[in-house]
Amino acid sequence: MIDATVKPVATRQAFGETLAKLGEKYPEIVVLDADLAKSTKSELFAKKFPDRFFEMGISEANMIGVGAGLAVNGKVPFICSFGAFVTGRFDQIRMSVSYTKANVRIIGTHAGVGIGEDGHSQMALEDLACLRTLPEMAVLQPADDIETAAMIEELIKYPHPAYVRLTRQNVPRVHKAGTVFKIGKIQPLHEGKEALVLATGGVVGESLVAVQALEKQGMSIEVANVSSIKPLDEAFLREACKRHKKFITVEDHYITGGLGGAVAEFLATEGHGKLHRIGVEDFGQSGTPEALLEHYGLDAPRLEKKFKAFIRA
Amino acid sequence: MPETELKAATQELRAWCIKMITEAGNGHPGGSLSLADLVSVLYFKVLKHDPKNPSWKERDRFILSKGHGVPAQYAAMAMTGYFPTEQLLTLRKLGSPLQGHPDRARLPGIEASTGSLGQGLSIAQGAALAMRLDKVDSMVYCIMGDGEIQEGQVWEAALSIPMHKLDHLCAVVDWNKGQIDGQVKDVMNIEPIGAKFEAFGWNVLEIDGHDLGAIEKAFEAAKANAKKGTGKPTMIVADTLKGKGVKFMEEGKNAWHGNAPTSEQAKKALEEILKATSK
Repeated sequence: MIDATVKPVATRQAFGETLAKLGEKYPEIVVLDADLAKSTKSELFAKKFPDRFFEMGISEANMIGVGAGLAVNGKVPFICSFGAFVTGRFDQIRMSVSYTKANVRIIGTHAGVGIGEDGHSQMALEDLACLRTLPEMAVLQPADDIETAAMIEELIKYPHPAYVRLTRQNVPRVHKAGTVFKIGKIQPLHEGKEALVLATGGVVGESLVAVQALEKQGMSIEVANVSSIKPLDEAFLREACKRHKKFITVEDHYITGGLGGAVAEFLATEGHGKLHRIGVEDFGQSGTPEALLEHYGLDAPRLEKKFKAFIRA
Repeated sequence: MPETELKAATQELRAWCIKMITEAGNGHPGGSLSLADLVSVLYFKVLKHDPKNPSWKERDRFILSKGHGVPAQYAAMAMTGYFPTEQLLTLRKLGSPLQGHPDRARLPGIEASTGSLGQGLSIAQGAALAMRLDKVDSMVYCIMGDGEIQEGQVWEAALSIPMHKLDHLCAVVDWNKGQIDGQVKDVMNIEPIGAKFEAFGWNVLEIDGHDLGAIEKAFEAAKANAKKGTGKPTMIVADTLKGKGVKFMEEGKNAWHGNAPTSEQAKKALEEILKATSK
């Protein structure tokens, strides 16, 4: 459950701090940004290691190619921008990174409607769906600060390209200190009998709060954090199929092709269970993060209603 | 390699392009032949490389951004010992490392998978940055098509490379004036090429892209520019002819962008190439 003793922190912040720390230990790390270093928090690395930070200007396509050239020549590049902008250059990722087998670490911050007032153009809402199609590409979304730190360090030695989706807004700590993380593994967060809620990213905390409220009403719901949307932890899900018939996915992303899509593909292939996909179903817009999460049905009270209706149906 | 040998090797490379594309039944002869002299000088004279150790850290990097011209590169690679020349005839066949467009994962010696135009120059920039960080004093070469520079990404890289002072990078535009839908100047004019890159801060050289001596001189000038540490990358605008070396292809212009010759046509082409060799 949520650790209320820890101040909520944006996963982009945890990313920037981690990278700045790892720079010492791993001289092969290089960081590129496309004029958003202050927002993606890559500036924390830039300040400490100016010789290994490359400002690419507002040129994401070129940044992706440069990242690929660095990767195939022995560097560990982290290329950073808003998720919407960097994954929007899909052909560059498809060819220069994926097909070239260049182990670029693509960092996309400002995930989903949770970013708030800047509105639709700045919100990554289709990034998971796009990158999930590429062979070998890891598609990752940590839920809190400690998972972000572990994931970024694991990525240094990861043998494939990867996309990491991070939040602009602060999110609560949902993992216990000392949790062991591994790319490709689902993190169980809370046990329960009536359904399994699979949440990812900034809305994991909201899902936990919703489940807590429902448990006070006598319900019992399991919650797990799917930070590795690809590779998907099929072993965990196969075991979960023995415990559950009802599955719910929650994500701040279009309901098409992201976590909901991945779990739908798994369950349909297994021929098991019933799935309720919760996510964004329309274009984003301006508003406070809280107002937007409420409007798009992703805050704890809205999730509570949706979980209950689906489980009771 | 002396001049007469280089000329013979270049014609042999041309002959391989025709044989490979004819055997495959499809491919891009026009743009492979326009490239042939550039690629030949690179592989036989200029590149610091070791075909037996393609991942040698000190090697010069060569990225063919106009990936459809890759038969010329494959021929040069086979002729310098990366793989047996017999393998050239597997071009475009199932399971072959000689894919229709360059594939880094399948063929050692290929630095980047290209074929979606406009991306190679960025990868070359990344390679040059990595080599500077590692204090490897080698060159990065990148050949683009002239139609290719209609891609916006090329201009992102064109801005960025001088900004990062990558004087060890030498790009080439194979200015053969043709693209699929017609003449480049009619489809989307990109001239004047040299003046554009000059305005972007490049050290621009304009040469006859079929004059082996001029090509070698230009590459030597690029190396000298790097050695001097001018901070400026070099752009060689190579004036070329699509289908160069085979008269009916030169005259057919874009008809030979993406069509393989028949075996009859191939025979004629090879005779002409052979005749030019002994001249």
